[in-house]
Amino acid sequence: MAIQLDQFHVVDVSLDGDAGADAAVMTGDGVLKVGEEALRSKLLARDARIAAVAIDVVRPGEPVRIAGVKDVVEPRCKLEGEERGKGRLGVLKNVAVATCGPIVGFQEGIIDMSGPGAEFTPFSGLPLLVLHIEPVSGIAPHAHEEAVRLAGLHAADLLARGACGGKPDATGIIDWQPLPPGQTLPRIAYVYMVLSQGLLHDTHVCGENARAGLPRLMDPATVIDNGIVSGNCVSACDKNTTYHHQNNPVISELLRGHGKTWDFAGIVLTNEPTRLAEKEASAGRAISLVRGLGAAAAVITKEGFGNPDADLMMLISGLERAGIKTVAITDEYAGAEGWSQSLADTTPEADAIVSTGNANMRVRLPAMERTIGMSGEVSRLAGAYANSVREKGELDVELQLIMGATNQLGFGRLRCREV
Amino acid sequence: MPEVPRVVHVVNQFFGGLGGEEAAGIRPRFLAGARGPGLLWEKLAGDLKIAGTIVVGDNFAAGNADAAAEEVLALIEEHVSGGPCLLVAGPAFLAGRYGMTCGAVCKAAAARWGIPAVTAMSRGNPAVAEYRKSVVIVETSGDVLGMSEALERMVRVSRRLLDGGDILPERDGTLAHGRRDNFLAEETGAMRAIAMLMRKLNGEPFVTEYAMPAFDRVAPAPPVEACGSIRLALVTSGGIVPRGNPDRIESASASRFGEYGIAGVDALTPRDYQTVHGGYDPTHANADPNRVLPLDVARELEKEGRIGTLHDRYYATVGNATSVERAREFGLQIAGRLLADGVQAVILTST
Repeated sequence: MAIQLDQFHVVDVSLDGDAGADAAVMTGDGVLKVGEEALRSKLLARDARIAAVAIDVVRPGEPVRIAGVKDVVEPRCKLEGEERGKGRLGVLKNVAVATCGPIVGFQEGIIDMSGPGAEFTPFSGLPLLVLHIEPVSGIAPHAHEEAVRLAGLHAADLLARGACGGKPDATGIIDWQPLPPGQTLPRIAYVYMVLSQGLLHDTHVCGENARAGLPRLMDPATVIDNGIVSGNCVSACDKNTTYHHQNNPVISELLRGHGKTWDFAGIVLTNEPTRLAEKEASAGRAISLVRGLGAAAAVITKEGFGNPDADLMMLISGLERAGIKTVAITDEYAGAEGWSQSLADTTPEADAIVSTGNANMRVRLPAMERTIGMSGEVSRLAGAYANSVREKGELDVELQLIMGATNQLGFGRLRCREV
Repeated sequence: MPEVPRVVHVVNQFFGGLGGEEAAGIRPRFLAGARGPGLLWEKLAGDLKIAGTIVVGDNFAAGNADAAAEEVLALIEEHVSGGPCLLVAGPAFLAGRYGMTCGAVCKAAAARWGIPAVTAMSRGNPAVAEYRKSVVIVETSGDVLGMSEALERMVRVSRRLLDGGDILPERDGTLAHGRRDNFLAEETGAMRAIAMLMRKLNGEPFVTEYAMPAFDRVAPAPPVEACGSIRLALVTSGGIVPRGNPDRIESASASRFGEYGIAGVDALTPRDYQTVHGGYDPTHANADPNRVLPLDVARELEKEGRIGTLHDRYYATVGNATSVERAREFGLQIAGRLLADGVQAVILTST
């Protein structure tokens, strides 16, 4: 399976009434011009559950805080071909759509575009098109989540459709094939855990809820072609946003060395169910799939924390007992001062862990000149305390509240160590 | 004129040259200048001259290291005007009584004068468990063959601390305090993971970034006999609180638990109770809070005589992202109150 990525580099984004019916166009010098009215009317027309959409553009370094962020999406659209994972994909680089608005499930996050908080989120480095979505009154949480999720995806699709034309700034091809038998490079599989606990903790795989149909094998090109979409309200720091899935760093690393340093054996996509019997069944099937790939080793990534620690430990223990060496990526909840043990479950076989940071660490975030999304309710979000909003709008919160701060796909450089 | 660094060195009777086991009972004694390992220290440390050596008998300190440390501190104050700028103790290697003296004196000196205090011992020294959290301990070999290496590390660590620098176990050869600390690595987590996996596959040494903790496994209590006569209590980490959340329990990383009266309440109603837990969809719990805190069923059991009485208060917190250390504190406090109220059994519900 092969897909070509046509990448268009966005230098800046402007809200301009003159983008025509397409909602967005790209100028010759890389400015993404978004037709604010056209975009808004398209989003409102698509979904009667949305009462209002406020559209903003924020840029790196600006004194802006986006609060109540639900998802971040890289604009992509299919330029050629119908089947997922094949054909040609248009990708807008150096830009993303962020959805925000009133709380759905306590676990929305914040993005600071400047100041100390900006250093903990990858999204402060991109110009962002921010959609502040107000649902109709009386909407149920699940319908609210779905309406906001789909609005973000539609907006990203509209931007890409309007702007991905002409000659791309760069192209790449994802054409992964396992090496033929008989080669000597070590075979490495990727075990890709996605949150699937239901109850606002869902992930969507090729349009289907990940509670069913997993574990399964998945081609890297399918993942890259918007195969995995975030639909969950797990804590902001270790939620894998759609942007993270679209730009999964483990997949890019494994592809980079494929056929040279190792043999990338394939991806086993697996879920994180809630019931013990389901956890055992999922782990067992995922381990069988890894064995079926003939892998000597596996990288495992996690989403969420606490309950999914049990899924992770079952996978590590089962794979190691099957003779497959593992490294797992996880973040930690070691308490504000870092004195507590970090995980909710453990196994002696977990002897190779990459830690992406202590999410309980407290950070002081100075007030911003402007806040988009929500304001008064920040102290109710996961990672905040009743007294988190200090004088003059300063926040005293845990890293947990910051989008992508301790991402467990290993997207960032934050690490935790023992001192 | 540059100030002469006021370094004080603490050793036991053996390394202080006052005798072996027969001299283990001697009280702390101040000797001017360097003694024993302090002579090698001065060779390695250049200008960090030792103002005086305190010799403490192993048995004198054994059993009450903290009281012995107080006596050592008083002795230092008597002889070193202005107090020391640095205190070094040991190395104690595997010697347990000596290690306890070193740990206690370092901890007390750092607290009293706010100065760097450095000791050294082997990982297996019993004093490590007692003092690693609060004292800078340079890791040594198990015996005196590692003396010069230990002193070299102690000098390096002391200089860093005197210069206001930080100490990193992996770089400085100290035993970690056990605190988890965030920093920015050179490479992303994904790159580090694959590099670690390749080393593991190739049989090369690698260092995990999080060593698995030893879990505190709690053995289930024996079954309650004669349920019909007990007082039963309900406790939950599922965040069920009176509507409005009067104690403002956080939706994640809870800093407190609540105690709520339920005398005369037969079941929890959505009008009066809610969940504040941020880790699960609250829809069902808010529609019927008894699903998380089973008061309705507990009352039925009480009426049917299958339990004696239901305790007239329940306890609630939020388990979501709440650290194990904090949860342990809550557990101890809640258990203390339940025991004081004569409760014999508890139903714990989590989400």
